[in-house]
Amino acid sequence: MSFFELRHVDKSYGNGKDKTQVLDDVNLKIEENEFVAIVGFSGSGKTTLLSLMAGLIEPTNGAVTMQGKPLKGPGPDRGVIFQSYSLLPWLSVFGNIELAVKQVFPQFSRAERRAHIEKYIDMVHLTDASWKRPRELSGGMRQRVAIARALAMQPEMLLMDEPFGALDALTRGTLQEEVIKIWEEQRRTVLMITNDVDEAVLMADRIIALTPGPEATLGKSFDVHLERPRDPATLNFSDEYKHIRNEISHYLMDLNTESKKLKIPTHDLPLPDIRPKVFATA
Amino acid sequence: MKEIKYFLLKLIDVTALNFLEPVVRLCYGEEPKVQLEKIGLYILVPMVAFVAFLGLWWGVADNIMTKSGKVPTPPVVWHEASSMWSQHLAAREQRADFYKKQEVRVAELEQKLAQLETPQFEQRLEKTKADLEKLEAENSPRAKSKRAVYESMASQVSNLEAQIENAKTAQYAGAPTYIDQIILSLKTVFFGFAIATAIALPIGILCGISRVFMAAMTPLISLFKPVSPIVWLPICGIIVGAYINADNSSLPPAFISSAITVALCSLWPTLVNTALGVASIDKDHINVARVLRLGFWSRMFKIIIPSSLPLIFTGLRISLGVGWMVLIAAELLATNPGLGKFVWDAFQNGSSQTFAQMFVAVFTVGIIGLLLDRIMVIFQRAVSFDNAQAMAI
Repeated sequence: MSFFELRHVDKSYGNGKDKTQVLDDVNLKIEENEFVAIVGFSGSGKTTLLSLMAGLIEPTNGAVTMQGKPLKGPGPDRGVIFQSYSLLPWLSVFGNIELAVKQVFPQFSRAERRAHIEKYIDMVHLTDASWKRPRELSGGMRQRVAIARALAMQPEMLLMDEPFGALDALTRGTLQEEVIKIWEEQRRTVLMITNDVDEAVLMADRIIALTPGPEATLGKSFDVHLERPRDPATLNFSDEYKHIRNEISHYLMDLNTESKKLKIPTHDLPLPDIRPKVFATA
Repeated sequence: MKEIKYFLLKLIDVTALNFLEPVVRLCYGEEPKVQLEKIGLYILVPMVAFVAFLGLWWGVADNIMTKSGKVPTPPVVWHEASSMWSQHLAAREQRADFYKKQEVRVAELEQKLAQLETPQFEQRLEKTKADLEKLEAENSPRAKSKRAVYESMASQVSNLEAQIENAKTAQYAGAPTYIDQIILSLKTVFFGFAIATAIALPIGILCGISRVFMAAMTPLISLFKPVSPIVWLPICGIIVGAYINADNSSLPPAFISSAITVALCSLWPTLVNTALGVASIDKDHINVARVLRLGFWSRMFKIIIPSSLPLIFTGLRISLGVGWMVLIAAELLATNPGLGKFVWDAFQNGSSQTFAQMFVAVFTVGIIGLLLDRIMVIFQRAVSFDNAQAMAI
């Protein structure tokens, strides 16, 4: 029995003629402390899949289980980092995290709670901004707050929905590294949804493709055996990195019916050996 | 210097007096051309328009003849306003005088009492009492005259004490001045506004969180929202009159029925805006509450209410404006002493002087309404977490 399982999960909206089958027979097993990334095109039902796992929506058919028990709605044991950050705009950085910590650790004394919150604010380098409101923060900083809030709940599993999707390339690189660093320090089961293959290869142990929707389902799974810690700067020269990256990209291209129609034989073209340098080293 | 500038700009922003911003910036020599342009647009143009309005009023008023004389022109109204102000000051002085005299009188009486209640007097009183008791016990014929002596001595004291009590509790009985009436009107409107808020907020929140409740309330809201204060007032008057007697209540029934009328007319904007604010809460925020498994009350006070506060305050602001507008009509009909009654009395009087007073009342109502609105804007800004939202309203 795996830590987290989806068995024959279907999800559809509407009835009869208007019925749209978003997910069709999704099967997934995640082991404890595994970092799994799901890559897919936009509109393929990635967010629906994550919401199912978070318990925010229920599957039409099939079962979602965690540690063998079926999910009963959302809960703080699965920290969710939403694509839109979902910070409460009337609370400061501290207040946003405090709301979560108060709820998850009601037994903490005032001082303990404060220390706990400050630890996580520190971890995402926001100490100087802890009394600012979300609207005074940049996109990257907001995402950091969302990450700190999810981590401060000390969930058994972390669910991330395109966590870096709305960020510029530099901020994205920095945050990716920070998240990996934190994950390596405090191992935890993570599921990340992304549309960026590079990001998936850089961060995950296992990458699963989601076929284009409607009736999306999970496709081939790729194990990433790259040694950790992974340095994005040197990774570009690793043959294994290039290999797995190409393999996944090709697989995704093949999945995309539209690209099939265009009939560009991408597999035959060797990818250039030059990759953009990652400047983010902080 | 820089700090003062930013402090001033922040103050202007918080109080929503944005037309002052270019003045401050100009004083600090920041882009004089742009600031002058803004001053022209936000200060000069409105001033010119106002002056033009005064001129038009003057020209038109001079040519209309009524039973109460000519329609008052701006200088007549201004003159009347200043005379009303000096009347108010005079009345205040009179009142102060009254209380000062009262104090002096009380002091005099107390002094008299002190002079009377010397130890010798007490002794004599005691002795007379003892003598009287003795004579009465003996059934002596002198008892009657002794009793008269004793009673006159005792009544000297009680008379003085009663006089002091009277002097202390006497209230100044002058007619309320215009300012007193304004204050009473404000009390009424805030009392009514408080009732409206107490009713509208919980119902609005319930409407927002429960679709069933919303469906149940919609016909009632649509039905009663358009009802005019003129209809509510007599109904309130009768019902309030059934429970509250004018003589033995600390709040006069006219005050209560005007306040309830204000409440009935002004609760709708708050109710509708609260319901809208609660119903349109961001789904992401609800998801946060679900992931955290917040209970009903923490969800209410930590997510739902804070997120709908900007709209709630928009509603409150409109409500207060409506309430103030309705109040004048309500007071006029209920003859609750206040601005409305002032206008009614002026109308009944029908002299050219009271005609001008009615114009003063128009400007008073306008200025106070404006101030109330500004106060609510400040609150609204204080609770809005999103600048764009505050600007849009």
